[in-house]
Amino acid sequence: MNWYKYASPAAFYPLAGKMVPWFAIPAAILFALGLYIGFFVAPTDFQQGDAYRIMFIHVPAAWMGMFLYVLMAFYAGIGWAFNARLSSMMASSLAITGALFTLLSLVTGSLWGKPTWGTWWVWDARMTSTLILLFLYVGFISLQAAIDDPRRADRAGAVLAIVGVINVPIIYFSVQWWNTLHQGATIRILNKPTVAPPMLAAMLILLAACWLYSVAVVLIRLRCIILEREQNAVWLAEGAA
Amino acid sequence: MFRWIVLRDLTLAWRRRADVLSTLFFFVIVVSLFPLGIGPETQLLRSIAPGVVWVAALLASMLSLSRVFANDYQDGTLEQMLVSPQPLYLVVMGKVLAQWLVSEVPLVLIAPLIGVQFDLAPKTLLILFVSLLIGTPVLSLIGSIGAALTLGLRGGGVLIALLILPLYIPVLIFGAGAVEASIMGTSPQANVYILGALLAVSLVFAPWATSAALRISLE
Repeated sequence: MNWYKYASPAAFYPLAGKMVPWFAIPAAILFALGLYIGFFVAPTDFQQGDAYRIMFIHVPAAWMGMFLYVLMAFYAGIGWAFNARLSSMMASSLAITGALFTLLSLVTGSLWGKPTWGTWWVWDARMTSTLILLFLYVGFISLQAAIDDPRRADRAGAVLAIVGVINVPIIYFSVQWWNTLHQGATIRILNKPTVAPPMLAAMLILLAACWLYSVAVVLIRLRCIILEREQNAVWLAEGAA
Repeated sequence: MFRWIVLRDLTLAWRRRADVLSTLFFFVIVVSLFPLGIGPETQLLRSIAPGVVWVAALLASMLSLSRVFANDYQDGTLEQMLVSPQPLYLVVMGKVLAQWLVSEVPLVLIAPLIGVQFDLAPKTLLILFVSLLIGTPVLSLIGSIGAALTLGLRGGGVLIALLILPLYIPVLIFGAGAVEASIMGTSPQANVYILGALLAVSLVFAPWATSAALRISLE
């Protein structure tokens, strides 16, 4: 079987359509299962009460936010280096999901922070670098939105994403160091209690659910981007006829 | 080629002195606004001085960045530079160096004077000067990537801020950190060294990324 065949948007479009339910349905099942365990099975934390349950969505969202940025830069780089349109489309479609997960992790984090730390926002190293990650996503999306020619948008986005990936560790460590210099927040993120197995299970199941959800949504968005960009292509006209 | 580009850009800047001065005054005015907004307590001003001066320097460098390639792009000179046999890396370095000399060096020179307004000690003024001297080339180098990416786009000025300001954060942290360490009476050495390291890294990678971005923008 020749896998390169699916590098063409025309070949990938129907495949993506077939793949979506395979990811969307397990995602829905795992979400339901994870939330059930998270709400009803996992015990109440004796320090944080029930407020800690938001972690079940917060931690997967934060992980997905970071992971999708690297993935996006990878696809953008492939699209740029090998001139593969589909990879670049994949990158643009990943950007929005990644930005949403990053935003979600910030919002859930501050919702958790209010009852636990007594404040919505702390200039903590992790929170600050997540905020900066969101800025990087916004930069990528708005750069692509400002360029009318899609191929130029792809390549310009790729340069920015790669520069961003080189910068992410530098930003992370500088923010961490800045934080220790300022001695701002003295609160630790999680004072490492031995995590009860149902808690860990709920978190991992929801992580899998978020991952499957991302794949499904990214594929759906990818199909929209393909349709938008290839609207004058022959294969679409033939398929519709 | 390198010297030619630097000299040419310097001559061009000399013939449009108002542009250069406006960046400098922007910097001075922004810094002066902070005491007006916050209040004249010396103690407070001294503690916010490093951050204020550095943030103002970041914003001022953003202002001048959109001009690095824009004029040459409009009259087609940039295209000629791209097809010339010289490596684009050197062209970019030349233009960035000229931009730094024209827009950032005056700002570095006037910063100690502004530090006096904020009641900083002479030793701290020296650190402020040194950290800006090492840090502003990094700003120019990283900024040139953004300038090249947004070439000829509508709303380029705002867009460049969105792309570049998050990447400036490490420079801001270590630049302001060096000055702050000096105010606190600890050694600013580590911060200054890291600024130097950032400069070395961006000297190698930024012109390369800028060249790639220019090729994309001009194809």
